[in-house]
Amino acid sequence: MSKPKPKIKKEAVPMPKQDPKERGHNFNEVARGYTEEQAVAEAERCLQCVKAACVNGCPVEVDIPAFIQLVREHKFDEAIRKVKEKNSLPAICGRVCPQEEQCQANCTMGKVGDPVSIGRLERFLADWERERGYEIPQKTASTGKRVAIVGAGPAGLTAAAELIKFGHEVVVFEALHKPGGVLIYGIPEFRLPKKIVEAEAEYIEKLGTTIKMDAMIGRLRTIEELLEKFDAVFIGTGAGLPLFMRIPGENLCGIYSANEFLIRVNLMKAYAFPKSDTPIYVGKKVAVIGGGNVAMDSARCALRLGAEEVKIIYRRSKQEMPARAEEIENAEEEGIVFEFLTNPRRFVGNERGWVKAMECIRMRLGEPDASGRRRPIPIEGSEFTIDVDTVIIAIGRTPNPIIQQTTEGLQVTKWGTIVTDENAETSIEGVYAGGDIVTGEATVISAMGAGKKGARAIHKYLMKSE
Amino acid sequence: MYAIVRKRELAPHTNLFEFSAKEITVKTKPGQFVILRIDEDGERVPLTIAGANVEKGTITVVCHEVGKSTKQLGRLKEGDFVQDLLGPLGKPAEIRKFGTVLCVGGGVMVAPLHFQAEAFHEAGNTVIGVIGARTESHLIYEDEMRKVCNELHVATDDGSRGYKRMDFLKGLLKAKKVDRAIVMGPVVTMKTVSEFTRPYGIPTVVNLIPIMVDGMGMCGACRVTVGDRMMFACVDGPDFDGHQVDFEELMARLKMFTPQEKLAFVFQEEGGRSQ
Ligand SMILES: Cc1cc2nc3c(=O)[nH]c(=O)nc-3n(C[C@H](O)[C@H](O)[C@H](O)COP(=O)(O)OP(=O)(O)OC[C@H]3O[C@@H](n4cnc5c(N)ncnc54)[C@H](O)[C@@H]3O)c2cc1C
Ligand SMILES: Cc1cc2nc3c(=O)[nH]c(=O)nc-3n(C[C@H](O)[C@H](O)[C@H](O)COP(=O)(O)OP(=O)(O)OC[C@H]3O[C@@H](n4cnc5c(N)ncnc54)[C@H](O)[C@@H]3O)c2cc1C
Ligand code: FES
Repeated sequence: MSKPKPKIKKEAVPMPKQDPKERGHNFNEVARGYTEEQAVAEAERCLQCVKAACVNGCPVEVDIPAFIQLVREHKFDEAIRKVKEKNSLPAICGRVCPQEEQCQANCTMGKVGDPVSIGRLERFLADWERERGYEIPQKTASTGKRVAIVGAGPAGLTAAAELIKFGHEVVVFEALHKPGGVLIYGIPEFRLPKKIVEAEAEYIEKLGTTIKMDAMIGRLRTIEELLEKFDAVFIGTGAGLPLFMRIPGENLCGIYSANEFLIRVNLMKAYAFPKSDTPIYVGKKVAVIGGGNVAMDSARCALRLGAEEVKIIYRRSKQEMPARAEEIENAEEEGIVFEFLTNPRRFVGNERGWVKAMECIRMRLGEPDASGRRRPIPIEGSEFTIDVDTVIIAIGRTPNPIIQQTTEGLQVTKWGTIVTDENAETSIEGVYAGGDIVTGEATVISAMGAGKKGARAIHKYLMKSE
Repeated sequence: MYAIVRKRELAPHTNLFEFSAKEITVKTKPGQFVILRIDEDGERVPLTIAGANVEKGTITVVCHEVGKSTKQLGRLKEGDFVQDLLGPLGKPAEIRKFGTVLCVGGGVMVAPLHFQAEAFHEAGNTVIGVIGARTESHLIYEDEMRKVCNELHVATDDGSRGYKRMDFLKGLLKAKKVDRAIVMGPVVTMKTVSEFTRPYGIPTVVNLIPIMVDGMGMCGACRVTVGDRMMFACVDGPDFDGHQVDFEELMARLKMFTPQEKLAFVFQEEGGRSQ
């Protein structure tokens, strides 16, 4: 750094976005991504700290200052290679990671202005590379070992990519008809275009992985049977079982779990109905219950499918909302209405069994609970009713249960998650697990981190038994 | 891709399909189902497995055409393929020696009922079979059922063959000691037969087919109320205690997408897909 630098800008280069009025009617991606000039300008804001705190905030420890330096130097190809040393799905992470709680939370620039937009730069590089075609690394010499991976979500796909790099043969078994897990069935097109997920999965196949669809492990083959043909197994089956409120009227027509709603819209492309076969019904007045990413995604999909009024009903206040900050902002811009400190009590149906109203109660915040967030307490006597014709319940999801039900000797917690030791190994030798199936609902990047850790542990295990 | 190796028309708009799906056959047990998707834009269509031939590597389903997807399937020929076939899904039926088992089936579900009746027969039970249909020409699997049942009764809604409706069962239940009843078919049939068996305290298993999406427990579209509990038919069932199922709710939920389904059907018939 010889020549004196111009004064560093406090504000981040804004993300170009589709106009809120327009985007409320289409499923095209909201954020358009930086141009080369914008990326370089944003990279210029990085202070290149010697003790880079941002790296500590990254669950997969991407060498952030190094790749940003390369962006500054316009060496985009080297920069993306740097990112991919640690993160095999950058186009996805750049779009969906909660950067404000991770790398960017630690950014020194954040103390004087906006933190450097690390996620946007990561996304820029991944998109830049995808437009030019991937570089496929040389295949490692085969070890002759075979690993089965159950579930093609971010945990499973990351584990696959790592294991291939170690030279093992990898087969991924996925129950759905497309790989990607939540990335393909849950997160909507306007936030994470499906062609990106498809491209990332294709990349992992090009590395040499076989992905078998329509293969529900537990039913088609058990874990025990996989162990007869494979030297190790990694379970990454995620948390997909939707929770319901358990209040009266919940089975009325017009009430969906967020997963049903999003699977219909995203995986089954119901937004293209009737060209695609799977239908969806969205009324005029939609209420979405919950405050996480899943609630934001459901609300914004409902808006795009023609709802006149979409309300998010959340029992705590805005500060406690677990959704990514950027998505809350996007939802607000699009005209989604937020009803904080409110919880439904029961649903009221019409004579045909369709929901027509929802009785709610106001809440206040009490002492912090186990999660550290202040506990919501109902204010008796504050009941009120709102008219609704569609309700989407997005209050959480629990682990997919089939593997646990069908695998003898697999230790499971009372929440249904699989128990692993510090090496990601389960109670069965040679069987490893990671991602939401172990932690309960978490994030894409933590699932990827778990996939990577599992892969390394499997590698060690396989090479030891040599 | 999964090939159709055999197709037979059993009744108007009702076809038997044998799919080549070796891996699935090995694991299939009576009571389980598959989900198929015809092509890239296809919806996920659940169908109950009516038989599995491990040597041939084929599974059999019988499908009645009711709307867009099932009609499209009906137009496929031997040698054609479907894009996806996922299974076996759901918990297998509980098959063991109970004594006398009453197996009641209506419409297209007589085919998968036969798969169970056969297993009950092999497990040493006395099997009383009852098969029903709208009208005589819609009766299926009569000969097959006769082979595995100690006695077989036939009923039609219009009385064109055998008993008129299922009311005769009241008399049958009075006259005979039945240890277990299995009912597969339209919701009304399941509901009616469960009411008939209730006074005798006969454990009655109904095979529920609510609307499903993923079929693997991830969406809750298939939720049903059994007793006071919410169950997911695809993973907790499809078999449930007929004396505890909320059939009214199930019937309402089955109609949830009727207007949209009609639209999809019209769209297909006008050739929307091919453009
Ligand atoms: C709507 C929505 C929005 C989200 N938004 C964000 C976000 O913005 N940022 C973020 O970081 N996180 C977000 N998350 C959370 C994140 O997606 C998950 O934490 C992450 O996907 C977990 O990855 P996984 O690989 O453990 O499981 P999953 O992604 O759930 O993948 C598991 C896979 O295993 C398959 N499977 C299950 N059972 C079997 C079986 N028996 N046999 C074979 N295959 C099986 C499933 O079909 C699935 O494909 C969101 C989640 C949802 C639902
Ligand atoms: C576990 C399970 C097993 C099944 N087994 C068989 C089988 O062995 N043979 C067979 O012919 N059918 C079976 N069905 C029903 C079959 O899946 C539906 O008829 C089919 O999905 C309808 O698709 P469609 O596009 O042709 O009709 P749509 O246009 O989607 O629907 C037409 C009509 O069928 C009704 N319908 C829609 N979905 C279902 C459903 N899941 N169950 C019952 N009625 C429905 C609707 O209420 C509507 O009135 C089963 C369903 C389930 C859930
Ligand atoms: S069909 Fe989705 S949970 Fe049963």
